Formats: sequence, C-alpha cells, structure tokens
Amino acid sequence: MSLLLLFLSAAIVNNFVLTYFLGICPFVGVSKRVSSAVSMGMAVMFVMTITAAVTWLIYHLLLVPFKIEILEYVSFILVIASLVQLVEMFIKKMSKPLYDTLGIYLPLITTNCAILGLALFSVLREYSFIESLVFGIGAGAGFTLALVLMAGIREELELSNVPKPFKGAGITMIVAGSLALAFMGFAGLI
Amino acid sequence: MEMTTLFIAIASMGGLGLLFSAGLSVAEKKLHVEEDHRIAKIIEELPGANCGGCSYPGCAKFAEVVVAGEAEINGCPVSDDEARKAIGEILGVDVESGEKQIARLMCQGGNFETAKKAHYAGIKSCLGASVFGGGEKMCEYACLGFGECVEACTFDAMYMNDNGLPVIIEDKCTGCRKCAEVCPQNIIEMHPESHKLFVFCKNLDGAKTARKVCLKACLACGICVRNVEEGQMEMKDNLAQVNYNGFGKEAKLPTDKCPTDCLAVVGKPVIDEPAEKVEA
Repeated sequence: MSLLLLFLSAAIVNNFVLTYFLGICPFVGVSKRVSSAVSMGMAVMFVMTITAAVTWLIYHLLLVPFKIEILEYVSFILVIASLVQLVEMFIKKMSKPLYDTLGIYLPLITTNCAILGLALFSVLREYSFIESLVFGIGAGAGFTLALVLMAGIREELELSNVPKPFKGAGITMIVAGSLALAFMGFAGLI
Repeated sequence: MEMTTLFIAIASMGGLGLLFSAGLSVAEKKLHVEEDHRIAKIIEELPGANCGGCSYPGCAKFAEVVVAGEAEINGCPVSDDEARKAIGEILGVDVESGEKQIARLMCQGGNFETAKKAHYAGIKSCLGASVFGGGEKMCEYACLGFGECVEACTFDAMYMNDNGLPVIIEDKCTGCRKCAEVCPQNIIEMHPESHKLFVFCKNLDGAKTARKVCLKACLACGICVRNVEEGQMEMKDNLAQVNYNGFGKEAKLPTDKCPTDCLAVVGKPVIDEPAEKVEA
C-alpha cells in the first residue's frame, strides 16, 4: 500500500515537472506532438527507473562503505550519462525517425535535472531499494503524463485562434503555468 | 586519512567509469548502425562553420540531408564551387545547374517616394511595425525601412541607404536567404545572378491607389507587356511580371517605357536623385 502511495505521489501529487519544475527543457521542447511526447516520456522513464536502481546500489554499496558520499553527484551523473548513451544507441538502432524527432532532446536527458533530482531525492529521503525503484517508475510516469498532457493541449492549440502576441512560446508558457496550477491542487492529498 | 579518501575516490570513480565504458562499448557493437560512408566524406568538404545558412542545424545534418537527396548540393551558401564539385563527385552528380542566387529588394519606395500615413513611434523593428498597423508608409506592401534584413546579414552584404532602403552588395551576397526570411513584407526575393530585369514593386493595388501611395509603384498600365514579345512579360494581380524563361539576352528591354521606373535593370542605381516628395 505504501508503495502504491509512493508511486502516486511521485507521478501525480509531487509531479516532477509540474510541482517541482524539474526538467522543463524537454517539457517545452518535445511537447509538440503526442506521439513524440510519449516516446520521450518512455525514454525518460527508462532512464529514471534504471538510474534509481543503479544509483541506490552505488550509494549504499560503494559510497557509504568507503565514506565518500561527497562523490554522489559525480557518480550519479556518470550513471545517467552512460544510460542516456545506451538509450540513444538503442533508439537510433530501432527507429531512426524517432531518433530524428527527439533530436537534441535525447542527449539532453543527460542534463535533465529531473533525473539527477530523482537520484538525490531518494538518497535524501532514505528510501529502500524497492522504494527508490518505485519512486523512479512513478517519477518517470509523472514526467510522461505531464509531457503528453502538454502535447495534447498544444496539438489543439495549433488549430485554435491564438492572439498574435501570444503565439508560440508565449501561449506555451501560459498553458504550462495553468497545468502547474491544476497539479498544485493535489498538494496535501498524500 | 585524507590521502586514502583521495585514492579511494579516484579508484572508485575510475572503476565506475571503466565499467560503464566497457558496457557501452559492448552495447555499441551490438547496436551499431551502419551509416552511409559518404556522409563523413561530405562533412570534410563542407566549411564546418555550422552557420545554419542552409537552414539545417549544422554541417553534419546538411551532409546527411544531401546524401538522402532532400537538399541540393549547392544548398550550402558558404561553400565555393570547388567544394561543391567535390561533393558532386562523392555523390556522382554533376553540379553545373546551380547558379549563384542573389537577394533582390523588390521595392523602390524609400522615404522620398512613398507617402506617409502616420508617424510610427513604436519599437524600431520591421516586425514590430508590420504587426502594428503595417508601418508608416501608405503603401502596405512597401519596405518598412528598419533594416531588420541588414541586421540579419552575416556577410556584411547589406546596408541602409539615405533613402531608408536596404542596398544589397552583389559581390558580397552569398544567397543565404537570411534577409529574405526575416523580412515581414516578403519583398526580398532570391533570384539567379544572371537575372537583371525586375519589376521592383509588390504593390497589388489598382493604378489610382498605387499612384497615390508611391511614385515608383507598378500601376499595372501594361505598357511593358505591350512592348515585349508574347510571353516575355505578363500582367498578374495588378502587377507586371517578368517571365525569365522567355527572355533572351538581346531582347529589347522596355524599361524606358515604364512611367514609374518600377521596371528596371539592376546595376543602374536604384535612385538617381531624390524625386519630388509626394503629398500625403
């Protein structure tokens, strides 16, 4: 039960993008089409889940015993960067069009603060291995949810009559703000 | 104590790095994607400045697109003929057809020729003026005169003259289209270098309005069309158009017949002396 709550908390109530405002760059950059938003969400979810597991192992089996917790940032970034390389190779092999659609945002997952944030949060909150795994999946699901919601709205926006000064980035920011406001409404539920 | 921590740190991080790189190199073997070897060769021939003049993000992407056949070999405005020939050889294509393109301003309505409808005091940019009521000139098709194109030019091939119109220096123009893209009025057009005869006007109004808003507007009187052979020029939407396919080098150019000088040959100064100012 507590694991389910943890999942829901990471995915919805404490959504990384819309509550903590982490990972805004791909949130704005890859939310033009629902299909590419889903793929991006999946890629991030994969990286987040594996990151959560591997960083837990590294932290508790390597950094803590040797008392070098100070190196958590370095080692976490190392994990994330390697994982992103792996995902990039995989996507390039499996689907070249998808690789082209994601473009620069795929390697940029490396510097996506949501993922480093996830690893650091699970250390801070002293999660167990299973908990941090669930936390990673939940955060990834939340990221995907936010991205897909945004993409759905932006697809509709293209057909609607947006006032000229708000066209493009302006209306995107307003929509993102409204979405964040809506998600703030969940605060305190869990 | 500190020294051991240092060694542990170096060893653990180095070990992790080695571990991950080993994993990645295995993955690279398994997931290797065969890339067209021509792409790497073409990248070598390109200038490598990643200027974006081709409208693709960087030279590598351009090479990829050229190999895919989605872009012209001469799509890179910066590369010279030699580089283009080399790329053509790599692809086994002849690159003779690509004539140099030059940007041309299709408007002669400077501050002296056009009447003003208002005094514009908004932000000093063409885009700003075009959003806000189309600038201060009566002619809604005219050059807005804030020089956004000059700012966009990365080759110093443009400057604003005293008449408030941008001038394009043919020798320096690389045909990168940047000026044409930023112009909100769409009055900068790309034309092959050999095209010299133009109707320097984009005004689609009828003769009465066109005459009122600008001294050098095309009135759609049709005298040019009557003075050339069939098919060399035509009248469309109140604007004379030159049909370049039908124009031989020796064709008699009807420029002196044009009552407003909007049909002109490039090379001749756009404005000899300020014409009399029009009354608004």
